[in-house]
Amino acid sequence: MKRVLAAAGFFGLLLLVWQVLAASETWSPVLLPSPTSVVRYLVGSLGDGTLAGAAVVTARRLFLGYAIGVGIGLPFGFLNSRFRICSDTIGVLALGMQTLPSVCWVPLALLWFGQSEGAMLFVTVMGTVWSILLATDNGIRAVPPIYTRAARTMGSRRFHTLVRVVLPASLPAILTGMKQGWAFAWRSLMAAEIYVTVIGGGLGLGHLLHYGRELHAMDQVLGVMFVIVVIGLLVDRVLFAPTERALHRRWGTGV
Amino acid sequence: MTERTEASDPPPAKLRLESVSKAFHTSRGSVSALEEIDLTVEDGQFVCLVGPSGCGKSTILNLIAGLEFADSGRVLFDGKPVGGPGRDRMVLFQESALFPWLDAVGNVLFGLELKPGLDRAARREVAAHYLEMVGLTRFARANVHELSGGMKQRVALARALAPNPRVLLMDEPFAALDALTREQLYGDLQRIWLERKKTIVFVTHNVREAACLGDRVVLLSPHPGRIREEFTIDLPRPRDINSVELARYATKIRSALRTHLEAESRNSQEVRA
Repeated sequence: MKRVLAAAGFFGLLLLVWQVLAASETWSPVLLPSPTSVVRYLVGSLGDGTLAGAAVVTARRLFLGYAIGVGIGLPFGFLNSRFRICSDTIGVLALGMQTLPSVCWVPLALLWFGQSEGAMLFVTVMGTVWSILLATDNGIRAVPPIYTRAARTMGSRRFHTLVRVVLPASLPAILTGMKQGWAFAWRSLMAAEIYVTVIGGGLGLGHLLHYGRELHAMDQVLGVMFVIVVIGLLVDRVLFAPTERALHRRWGTGV
Repeated sequence: MTERTEASDPPPAKLRLESVSKAFHTSRGSVSALEEIDLTVEDGQFVCLVGPSGCGKSTILNLIAGLEFADSGRVLFDGKPVGGPGRDRMVLFQESALFPWLDAVGNVLFGLELKPGLDRAARREVAAHYLEMVGLTRFARANVHELSGGMKQRVALARALAPNPRVLLMDEPFAALDALTREQLYGDLQRIWLERKKTIVFVTHNVREAACLGDRVVLLSPHPGRIREEFTIDLPRPRDINSVELARYATKIRSALRTHLEAESRNSQEVRA
């Protein structure tokens, strides 16, 4: 209860300072719109469906890109952990690519795919795949050998050991990697949507940000930013947090 | 239930090591871990291997378990060479090696699921039976991290016993436990061994523990690992670790161990000179 009050107080204060600053008209409303105008934008665009529509378009791209990233990252991460030839090749590539901000792929993606869905998908996948690949690789490598030894004495062999020992033992690390991959996918897609103007595929949240800037509609920009934060939090609460809690309870890690 | 597991109790197996040698290769050259080891463990016998670290006692256990292989010589299980790990030889590791993603009963079930000829209900029954044997029925659904060190080793013991192996290999399983818990487990282990008649090879550096548990105590010395001496412990069971007779045996073994270590360090000095 005390913690809820503290959080409410903190955010209330933040809003109050914002409102006071906006009302003082030290800066033009284009630079600093008031909280009330942001709320007005949110209510209006929720009413006419533009915000929900954009959120759905973005979410579709995000889930597709993330799914592809996971689909590539998990198996290759596994191969990396098992075969030296993979870790010497793909592993090195992944380490390098991991350090590259995914927005750097935008120019190339635009040349390759044009102003299209494909360009955005490509950037999202590039942002996602490496961190998931590396986390899977590291997670499997970090499995204490005593687990596999114990399993072998009980008659477990190759595939059984892999599915029943190595995978569950590396699950906490893999989940952390998937969570990080999710955050990267989100960032990458926003960057892609701001740069790539799609004609056919529908406007996403990033596009709303982009047009908000062009139209000097800072209430729209801040409103969309707010929605992006809310979606990010929601996915974390709904998708990752329960799994993480279950793992922590089982393993006795965390709090 | 007891009928099912007791009736199918396989006879304990005889183990034999014939002039077994093994070296480990590291970046700084090779280290001879075992040299010309000859050891026979009769079926149903409880043998303790004692020696300081580096004497290769854990390596002997791993060779019998089939987790490692000898450079030369033979390791025989009932006359047949050991080709790899198998359910007839279960290992109890120093750290419990329980799987933290399974609860206590899940850990016991893990080995049973790999044993052919048991349906789901039978496996559950067997697992429950062994958890009861180690006194942990109430903790069947407990997560591994919720168990104390002694309870973890009890679950590990149940897990090792559940597939009904013919040999139990124990690698300093009680070394990390406090004295009180250890004494309890000495009692439990002797009771289970008397009831179930398994061949047990027990590795320890604790001389008193070895004298308390073993029919025979085999003394090893390091660099390279060699068998130095053997003691037969002629005391009735169950034995109390604090008994005077046991202390007498322990003193004898300890002084023999010291003599061998001193001789060895003298030798290595001469070699260097």
